[in-house]
Amino acid sequence: MIFVIAVIILVFLIIFQIAKASEYVAVLKGEERARKENNKVNGFFMIAFLIVGLIGAYWCNDLLVDKTLLVQPSASLQGEKVDSMLKLTLTITGIVFVITQIALFWFAFRYQENEKRKPFFFPHNNTMEIIWTVIPAIALTVLVVIGLRNWFTFTSDAPKNAMVVEVTGKQFGWIFRYAGEDGVFGKKYYKMIDPANNSLGLNWRDSSGINVKDDPASHDDIVQEQTMYIVKNKPVKLIIGSRDVIHDVGLSWFRLKMDAVPGTPTTLWFTPLYTTKEMKEKTGNPNFVYEISCDQMCGNNHYAMKGVIEVVTQAEYDEYIAKQKPAYYAAFPENDPSNLKKPIPVVSDTTKAATAKSNELLKKEKI
Amino acid sequence: MSNEATLHANVDVMVPHEIHHGEHHEIHHHHESFISKYVFSQDHKMIGKQFLITGMFWAVLGGLMSVLFRLQLGYPDSTFPWLEDLIGKWGKGGHISAEAYYALVTTHGTVLVFFVLTAGLSGTFANLLIPLQVGARDMASPFMNMLSYWFFFMASVVMLSSIFVETGPFSGGWTAYPPLSALGSASPGSKTGMDLWIIAMALFVVSSLLGGLNYIVTILNMRTKGMSMTRLPLTIWALFFTAVLGVLSFPVLLSGFILLIFDRNFGTSFYLSDIYVNGVGALPNEGGSAILFQHLFWFLGHPEVYIILLPAMGMVSEILATNARKPIFGYMAMVGSLFAIAILAFLVWAHHMFVTGLNPFLGSIFVLLTLLIAVPSAIKVFNWITTLWRGNIRFTPAMLFAIGFVSLFISGGLTGIWLGNSALDIHLHDTYFVIAHFHIVMGVASMFGMFAGIYHWFPKMYGKYLNNNLGYIHFWLTMIGAYLIFWPMHYEGLAGMPRRYYDYSAWESFKQFVELNRFISTVAMIVFAVQLLFLFNFFYSIFKGRKLTTQNPWGSNTLEWTTPINPGHGNWVGEIPEVYRWAYDYGKDGKDFIPQTTPVGADESTDH
Repeated sequence: MIFVIAVIILVFLIIFQIAKASEYVAVLKGEERARKENNKVNGFFMIAFLIVGLIGAYWCNDLLVDKTLLVQPSASLQGEKVDSMLKLTLTITGIVFVITQIALFWFAFRYQENEKRKPFFFPHNNTMEIIWTVIPAIALTVLVVIGLRNWFTFTSDAPKNAMVVEVTGKQFGWIFRYAGEDGVFGKKYYKMIDPANNSLGLNWRDSSGINVKDDPASHDDIVQEQTMYIVKNKPVKLIIGSRDVIHDVGLSWFRLKMDAVPGTPTTLWFTPLYTTKEMKEKTGNPNFVYEISCDQMCGNNHYAMKGVIEVVTQAEYDEYIAKQKPAYYAAFPENDPSNLKKPIPVVSDTTKAATAKSNELLKKEKI
Repeated sequence: MSNEATLHANVDVMVPHEIHHGEHHEIHHHHESFISKYVFSQDHKMIGKQFLITGMFWAVLGGLMSVLFRLQLGYPDSTFPWLEDLIGKWGKGGHISAEAYYALVTTHGTVLVFFVLTAGLSGTFANLLIPLQVGARDMASPFMNMLSYWFFFMASVVMLSSIFVETGPFSGGWTAYPPLSALGSASPGSKTGMDLWIIAMALFVVSSLLGGLNYIVTILNMRTKGMSMTRLPLTIWALFFTAVLGVLSFPVLLSGFILLIFDRNFGTSFYLSDIYVNGVGALPNEGGSAILFQHLFWFLGHPEVYIILLPAMGMVSEILATNARKPIFGYMAMVGSLFAIAILAFLVWAHHMFVTGLNPFLGSIFVLLTLLIAVPSAIKVFNWITTLWRGNIRFTPAMLFAIGFVSLFISGGLTGIWLGNSALDIHLHDTYFVIAHFHIVMGVASMFGMFAGIYHWFPKMYGKYLNNNLGYIHFWLTMIGAYLIFWPMHYEGLAGMPRRYYDYSAWESFKQFVELNRFISTVAMIVFAVQLLFLFNFFYSIFKGRKLTTQNPWGSNTLEWTTPINPGHGNWVGEIPEVYRWAYDYGKDGKDFIPQTTPVGADESTDH
């Protein structure tokens, strides 16, 4: 460290001495002459910066584009619209970028000081100004129209056949809830939350102190952490909420995201196009997973708040969901019909499993 | 010294009603005490310098913070034992802890946005230039102006002290969204650190309002004879709109903070509802809206980026015209576009909130208004470029930074068109694309405007030149470095890589940028070192720089160059000069430049 600082100071001193010396030289040579020489050097740098910069931008693109989503298909129907709109915007802004940067640096180089040239007194020109007010306005109108058309599609009501999953963010993880057999999400209240077995605060019992009534619809709700299962080609509507601070359901592969706000549910719907398996092939990455990244600063473990989406076929989904037990039974094993049939040993097993699970949860939360 | 003597000799010539009582006093006792000259000064030029040097202090600290967190992002697997010596438990084992990382990111943002690019930029140049360029002896209220600085100073002290509290400074991001910022139990940084953060920001708002009101009043009421509004240099127009933006929007921010204080300390539920904190349990608060804060915050937050940008635009316009030896192209269009930007600045705040669950229809209105801002911005860019066209350009360091500003403003402005369109924002929001966008268009571009201003007006501030060669080195390395740092970040954003992550290695979707992150961090450190070179040049030149031998070193038209080389308090010796023309008669009728104080000749062409 000290070595690094010493080197930096040394380099500074050298640069400073050179700069100082050339200032003296300039004074000796005549300041006017030195200034003109400097002007030529900087004029040259202007055009050099433009050329090297444009080549550099091309090279940078070459190097990095394969690592971005630009070369990957969008995993959702909505994302395809985002992608095509993104490419149009890139084209329009790209053209403006190249033209204006070339004009800027070329003029700087071309019109550097020259004794022979008289600068052109050109204070204004209405025609030119109108032209470059109108052209950007037209280009922007196009972008606004396309953008808003997509925006209203994205934010429209989800189709009737959409499956619905409730997503709840918490420090630092995701909880998913499916409505269960009755297709209805039971009521919940945040004061019912119990980290041991009721992470969402479902209204499983009467609690007169906080005015909560047992809601039978909540008894068959399936609650899962970390991994959400959705079905290929079937629209899915997420009802998004948060248990503590603001989070954000970031779905980069689907090109979408939506905040999770405590107290104010939000929604987002999309149609996944490829199963996780298909995406493994498409990306050539055997470890591929659809990740949910938290995209809104939520505390010190924000960067590790990961969820996973498994996109599967309808058959696989049906198989998966059939295996899931409503969360209610983990908390009230005595009400589990499967326990009623085969009484004592299984009950203790499930209870153990439930306790083990809640202990694990507790540990996670402490971390 | 000789200047002071001149000043003294001319006291009798001065017209009494032209000077304030306070100045009168000081002119007769020109041996000011150290305290009244350098500390509690009421001279706008000294207050400007105070803002500048305090801003520099924060720039170094804020820059150093970015170097530290870039160290984590670029070298997540390396250990740096000296970190533990430097920041103690925050750098245990030579690793920056996640807590420290978020504290650094947050403080870097807050400090750079408010303390450097608001106070350091507009505070410096509004103070220095407004009285000098409109032809006034000082601000309308020099005392309020002094208070403005000292409130900023107090804000600085409180903010600095927050770095040293046990639970750490605030670490929830510079936007301070509740509930995270409201709940100490949700994040250690939201404990004492956040209290101090709010206090510092409240003091800052006071400072900003005291300054802003003064700037507005001075520009409207204290212009010299002949200085009609349409003859004002564009710097003054820009600073005027900046001040208006600040005065109208900072109070809203303060109200947002006050509600936050209530939620934090007095059990109200403005922003809180339905919250269960791990390890604490369910909170009693119900019925609040976390989104309300975001509306209040961004009602300032968005005008704030123009508060940062407009002064840079104004100075760049002035510097480009002066050094291209050509009038600024489309003066009225430039004023008009500043005005349009100032109005629109108030009508676009919710574009920061497209994905908060905002009503989609409301969102669509904000898309329209946001993209509308591109029109006046485009006008400005085209006018700057046309100003260079067929000029006779002198590449002073200030001119280089002004050209650099235009280049960065184009690059960063165009990506604003992406993000302002909600259907793209829903993909790119809170990714590195946003980081790249606002650092280029607002951060680095405004920094370039500030550098341009410093190089251009340093001779006016200190009667010395900065070393030119160091200036050239400073510009080219910073320009190249800025693009190397922020250009590739667009690609990270296009991979969906979220911002404010401490470590990406566990993410299958975002871990492919290890080498790029290392590259960016390395360049960031070099660029930071280059800025130290500039600081050295600055402080060295104050004392040992080449002395100014002429009043008007750049051949400029504006009034500040008609003052003595080292103007005293009161600026002009004798009467304030009268103004006869606009500030941009460069190259007119074959004359290199015609200062504003030159009466219009009988045979002069009447193009403006």
